[in-house]
Amino acid sequence: MNEILIAVIPVVIIGVLCAAVLVIASKVMAVKEDERFPAVRDCLPGANCGACGFAGCDGYAKALCENPDTPANLCIPGADSVAKQLGEVLGVEVGEVVEQVAVVHCSGDCQHTKDKVVYSGIETCAAAKMLYGGKGSCTYGCLGLGDCAAACPQNAIFVKDGVAQVYTCDCIGCGICVKTCPNHLISLVPDTKKVIVACSNRDKGAVTRKVCSAGCIGCKKCERVCPDGAIKVVDNVAVIDYEKCSGCGTCAENCTTKCIKVEDLSVKRQ
Amino acid sequence: MTKLIIILLSAVFINNYVLSRFLGICPFLGVSKKLDSATGMSLAVIFVMLIATAVTYPIQYFLLTPNNLGYLQTIVFILVIAALVQLVEIVLKRYIPSLHQSLGVYLPLITTNCAVLGVTILNIDEGYTFLEAMVNSLGSGLGFFLAMVMFSGVRSKIEGADIPESFKGLPVTLIAASITSLSFLGFGGVIENMFAA
Repeated sequence: MNEILIAVIPVVIIGVLCAAVLVIASKVMAVKEDERFPAVRDCLPGANCGACGFAGCDGYAKALCENPDTPANLCIPGADSVAKQLGEVLGVEVGEVVEQVAVVHCSGDCQHTKDKVVYSGIETCAAAKMLYGGKGSCTYGCLGLGDCAAACPQNAIFVKDGVAQVYTCDCIGCGICVKTCPNHLISLVPDTKKVIVACSNRDKGAVTRKVCSAGCIGCKKCERVCPDGAIKVVDNVAVIDYEKCSGCGTCAENCTTKCIKVEDLSVKRQ
Repeated sequence: MTKLIIILLSAVFINNYVLSRFLGICPFLGVSKKLDSATGMSLAVIFVMLIATAVTYPIQYFLLTPNNLGYLQTIVFILVIAALVQLVEIVLKRYIPSLHQSLGVYLPLITTNCAVLGVTILNIDEGYTFLEAMVNSLGSGLGFFLAMVMFSGVRSKIEGADIPESFKGLPVTLIAASITSLSFLGFGGVIENMFAA
């Protein structure tokens, strides 16, 4: 009995001492966290996509709490509703969020273009790109190995017939795919717009035509028919100025190769 | 002085805690994927090993040995180290936030790490003086650092290699770890002979 006590008592004393020191230390040296932080963090969707430019939702919440100049409308996935909540929590005026969706500027699927080689290397676009610009005969087009699909936090991109496609309804507009694509084929477009150019080939028309039947040949027909003057052919490929575009679709109707397309980008999964 | 150098070098190379004594394997396999997290983890381990030794050594010789309580060594050491690491974390958070940011996430991970506990107990078993014990802890921490940094290099190479499907992930990591560990056998006897001449 005595021996057990001799063993137990020192351990208990040490344990209690340690506990007391820890309690005192945590009280004395407590670091004050901004009490708004949990509230702000709760407003954010928690996708940690980084579209706001900060390191994840925690980083953005921290910046919002510490620096009053941080705009509260940077969360693109959360859009207006989150911006409004943030504004209420922080007590600031919030501008509107322009919701954006990712758009792939290539339509060179297996019906329209051919492979020039059989590629059997590492199965990523980044690796394929380094080997003579990829397996496709068009070096500007989609490499079709799905780096963007792998990077997408929402699984909103898939590769169909060798071309990446975006499920607009799942896209949160974070822009991770834009940074991932080695051919820079993906861009963010405001979801109120309806017309997209599905080609990025900057070769002359004749060259483009040889490698892909769906490519932009730079004929400038769209430039002439656009009532708003919103389309310009730059480097042999049509570029839409979304500031001016009214989404009438005249260009798409008149496009020679049908590489300008009308799509409803504003569909969101409810 | 020579003895201190021998203790330091043998703790780093010959009795490397990870590769020869197989202690602290959990963080070794868990955190060695990237070089920067491996470095952060190892620095935290060096730090904790040093203070753990500084605290447990007096406890052994002023509390446990005089009262014939040697058999309580393991549990008392675990208790003290765990409390100590928590305390260090609180202090760091308050006074050196930048260091807390870089070491912070790793500190709770090593509260009851077997390498840390191993160092403190082996220091007692080997009968080191306080200074020798501290040098041994430093060496053990450096050895851990060396193993982590080396192995993170090995792992980044493995990541890019074409490995058979069934070996991908942990199996090939374990094989690589065993080969790295074998290579450290080559240090056996080197340090003693270096100073024997």
